[in-house]
Amino acid sequence: MPKIKLPTKQPRIDMTPMVDTFCVVLTFLMLTTQMRQPEPATVDTPFSISETPTPDFNTMSFLLSPEGQVFMNFDNGPDTLLKYRPKILTEMGKRYGIEFTEKQLREFEKFPSSIGVPIMQMQDFLNAKDNTSRKAFQAGIPLDSADNQLAMWVLYARQVNPNIQACIKGDAKTPFPVVKKVLDILQDKNVKKFNLITSLEAAKINLEEIQQ
Amino acid sequence: MAEIIQEEKGKDGKKKTKKHPPHIDMTPMVDLMCLLITFFMLTTAFSKAKIMEIVLPDKLKDPNQEAPRISASRTQNILLGPDNKVYTYPGNVKPEDYNSLPPLRETDFSATGIRQILLGWNRTLFKKIDDFNQQVISGKIVISQDSVQSAIRKLKSDDDTGPIVLIKAYKEATYGNFVDILDEMNICGVAHYMFVDIAWYEDTMIEIAAGISSTGTTSSN
Repeated sequence: MPKIKLPTKQPRIDMTPMVDTFCVVLTFLMLTTQMRQPEPATVDTPFSISETPTPDFNTMSFLLSPEGQVFMNFDNGPDTLLKYRPKILTEMGKRYGIEFTEKQLREFEKFPSSIGVPIMQMQDFLNAKDNTSRKAFQAGIPLDSADNQLAMWVLYARQVNPNIQACIKGDAKTPFPVVKKVLDILQDKNVKKFNLITSLEAAKINLEEIQQ
Repeated sequence: MAEIIQEEKGKDGKKKTKKHPPHIDMTPMVDLMCLLITFFMLTTAFSKAKIMEIVLPDKLKDPNQEAPRISASRTQNILLGPDNKVYTYPGNVKPEDYNSLPPLRETDFSATGIRQILLGWNRTLFKKIDDFNQQVISGKIVISQDSVQSAIRKLKSDDDTGPIVLIKAYKEATYGNFVDILDEMNICGVAHYMFVDIAWYEDTMIEIAAGISSTGTTSSN
């Protein structure tokens, strides 16, 4: 019987298939990932059983912080050529007598997270160099009856993009009067349908238990 | 993870002429990719936020215009109070009766609290919807998902015995309470519910029930 020869070399593992799989997974993750932009206020959304996903386009979102500040965000529309964001800002500028430069409009278009800057400080906000110095301006949009800028934002957002939908993202601890105020302003501007942003939670009901 | 590469030497210490194409060591590449995959896996937000739709009625712009009348026997009021408490009372109260306000029933947002009460009011409709869902799941009725939704909507709009729930929020309630109560409406399949402003006498009712001393400045906000 012939002797079994032991290999003298160390076995070499072929890593090519592993690299192939990793490449696929990596490509998938890179294409599907949506970087979460840090919002100006941390918000823990309440839970609900609703399973409708958030729309990608034509939204104006209201971020209600637990301290009662209101921030707003718009999207650029289904096509970036539509440039809804700079258009809305231009309209706002006209209303308050502020002329925004091309550079400032571009900055506004690119700004990724919600904005809660009073319109008078918007130019300083957009001229600011980095995000840390910008943060100081994020004090919330004024919405009292004397200076209701939120209503104006809603008005021009709806003028620029008639298909826009209102999404409300609030913290579970946001006091209700703030929510009520925002809802009132929207109702005044004839917005009747709202989307409340929530996290998914399952609910089970045992019918026998209830019927007792 | 470095790899030991053994040099092969032929006779006389001379290097052998290569027979195979050179082997590329892929270990560093795999290391790098592992790192990137971990990074992307951790930063990716797989679950997208969900939305819950709510439709508010038109505002009454004309002060002389009357609010739509609803039958008092089917009306149930839910008041969102402070400290995550919920109060309910049936029927409606006229502002003139503020001396004899009906007692409030106190409950909470747990599955044994407001959900039991709502299901108690809405049992017939909830059973209908539940039976329908069971039939769909067990395969007795074969229809598409969209038709399921519209069939449930039809069941809801045909319902004329269930409660008409009026939701009102006291000023110390939170947004979380508001979402919770709307969620309970969806869970229990309540067909008719609306969100309305709280009246001053209801403020008083909550203050009495929760033991808050009335400041006298409560207004129908």
